[in-house]
Amino acid sequence: MIQTLWDGFVQGALYAVVALGYTMVYGILMLINFAHGEVMMLGAYAGVVTLAGLAGSGAMASLGLPLCLCGAVLASMGVAACYGFVVERVAYRPLRGAGSLSPLISAIGVSIVLQNFVMLTQGNAPIYVPGADKAWQDALTGGWTAGPLSVQPTDALIVAVCVLLMAGLWLFVQKTRIGTAMRATSQDRVMARLVGIDVDRVISATFVIGSALAAVAGVLTSLLTMQAKFDMGFLLGMKAFVAAVLGGIGNIPGAMLGGLLLGLVEAAGIYGLRADYKDVYAFGLLLVVLIARPRGLLGERVAEKV
Amino acid sequence: MTALLEARGVTKRFGGLAAVSDVSCTVAEGSVTAVIGPNGAGKTTFFNCISGVAPPTSGEILFRGVPIARRAPHKIARLGIARTFQNIRLFRSMDATENVVAARHCRTGAGILDCLFRTRSERAEERNSRDIAAELLEFTGIGRWAASPAGSLPYGDQRRLEIARALATEPDLLLLDEPAAGMNPKESLDLVELIRKIAARGITVVLIEHHMKVVMGISTHIVVLDHGEKIAEGPPDAVRNDPRVIEAYLGKEDVS
Repeated sequence: MIQTLWDGFVQGALYAVVALGYTMVYGILMLINFAHGEVMMLGAYAGVVTLAGLAGSGAMASLGLPLCLCGAVLASMGVAACYGFVVERVAYRPLRGAGSLSPLISAIGVSIVLQNFVMLTQGNAPIYVPGADKAWQDALTGGWTAGPLSVQPTDALIVAVCVLLMAGLWLFVQKTRIGTAMRATSQDRVMARLVGIDVDRVISATFVIGSALAAVAGVLTSLLTMQAKFDMGFLLGMKAFVAAVLGGIGNIPGAMLGGLLLGLVEAAGIYGLRADYKDVYAFGLLLVVLIARPRGLLGERVAEKV
Repeated sequence: MTALLEARGVTKRFGGLAAVSDVSCTVAEGSVTAVIGPNGAGKTTFFNCISGVAPPTSGEILFRGVPIARRAPHKIARLGIARTFQNIRLFRSMDATENVVAARHCRTGAGILDCLFRTRSERAEERNSRDIAAELLEFTGIGRWAASPAGSLPYGDQRRLEIARALATEPDLLLLDEPAAGMNPKESLDLVELIRKIAARGITVVLIEHHMKVVMGISTHIVVLDHGEKIAEGPPDAVRNDPRVIEAYLGKEDVS
């Protein structure tokens, strides 16, 4: 049981980090960026390709795994940030002020384009993390056992990185110039402009940061499954979207809470019921929460029209 | 006196309706100018034209001789024009200090990397912004609310917070849209005092106002709009006795 909850916590932390991207973009643009899962997938690809390259050239053996992982994560963040930036420029910005449905459809289009682009250029077979490399084996085997709980090094790494990212984002949004501008923009875009905030730049920054976060989550997911595949972004993206809605979309702590909760509920379902219904638990939870609290767990109450 | 702001034939149409029609006027540097007129006269629309929220359909607006009529609002803010709204528009879930700090955006320059890595210069800038915010909250008399969510402030103090936020952009020209709306006589008097203090800082003020006590108490120059057109302009005493102004406010004397 404890083991299952831990596994759920690990998965939930990943959901939470991806959910942040959905919630930040929604908070500012009222747009559900359906391409976000694909950006995460692109990040995972960039990371796995970097790792495979480092292992293949023998650099992993000489540099050691931690350094290579850092390099791979940085590369994936860079790639995903570029994609996020370009997607916003190309697919969303021209539709600003065109109602809310057009950018939504554009987002679905971008998602399909990116998925097929990767499938056509990289093939539809998964690419694998070089887990057989000696440096890898040395660094990521073993683990710790405490009573009924055994913690894999990969799991510990994922949780540590995710917690760090979430804390960092929180600080960024609360304390820095651009974070403050983001919060101001999400509350009143016109007023934000009038105090000198370049809203377009704030939106770009939001996409860049959200995409970079998703990329890290993508690479970490690949460490968990030891592979990256062109369609991995769809279900993961959906789950993260569910997490964002669960917590109250537009609300940053809500996304974190929603992600963790979703991971835990899935794990509990797998443990107590059947494993093959994993996705049913996630979406079932969404239904229950939306019926009870339509704005999500931490969402703001809106005045209901009678 | 030099003209800080000059409107030349500013017109704003919504469909067939000209909310502002061919308005020309100048605002002298260091003056307190009041824009008055009956409801629906186009006063707020005129402010929207100046601040870039709703650019004029035709005409030009010069700020220090530079045309600004079709610039983006954030660029106009950076040039030195700030405004408040009649219906208060605070960042309601941020606290009072953060509201003012947010408005420092146009006078600070930390980029995204500075912010992500919290560089020394970014932190120094942020500290400076908070110091300025604290000073402005004191200046506008709401220092005690520094850490309270903006939406929870008493009504009159929310208006003051809007003014503090506008001042944080370091404007040369401050546009106040009905700053005394909903205030009791005592609060209005305090507001007049605050506007005097702002003018004493060398900031030119243009205000839309219905409280004639406020208008006559502080303005050095008055522009009167009616049905989108300028019907009078001049010093308070002259405007007060202008027959067209009296007509606009009280209706035409019916001789039957």
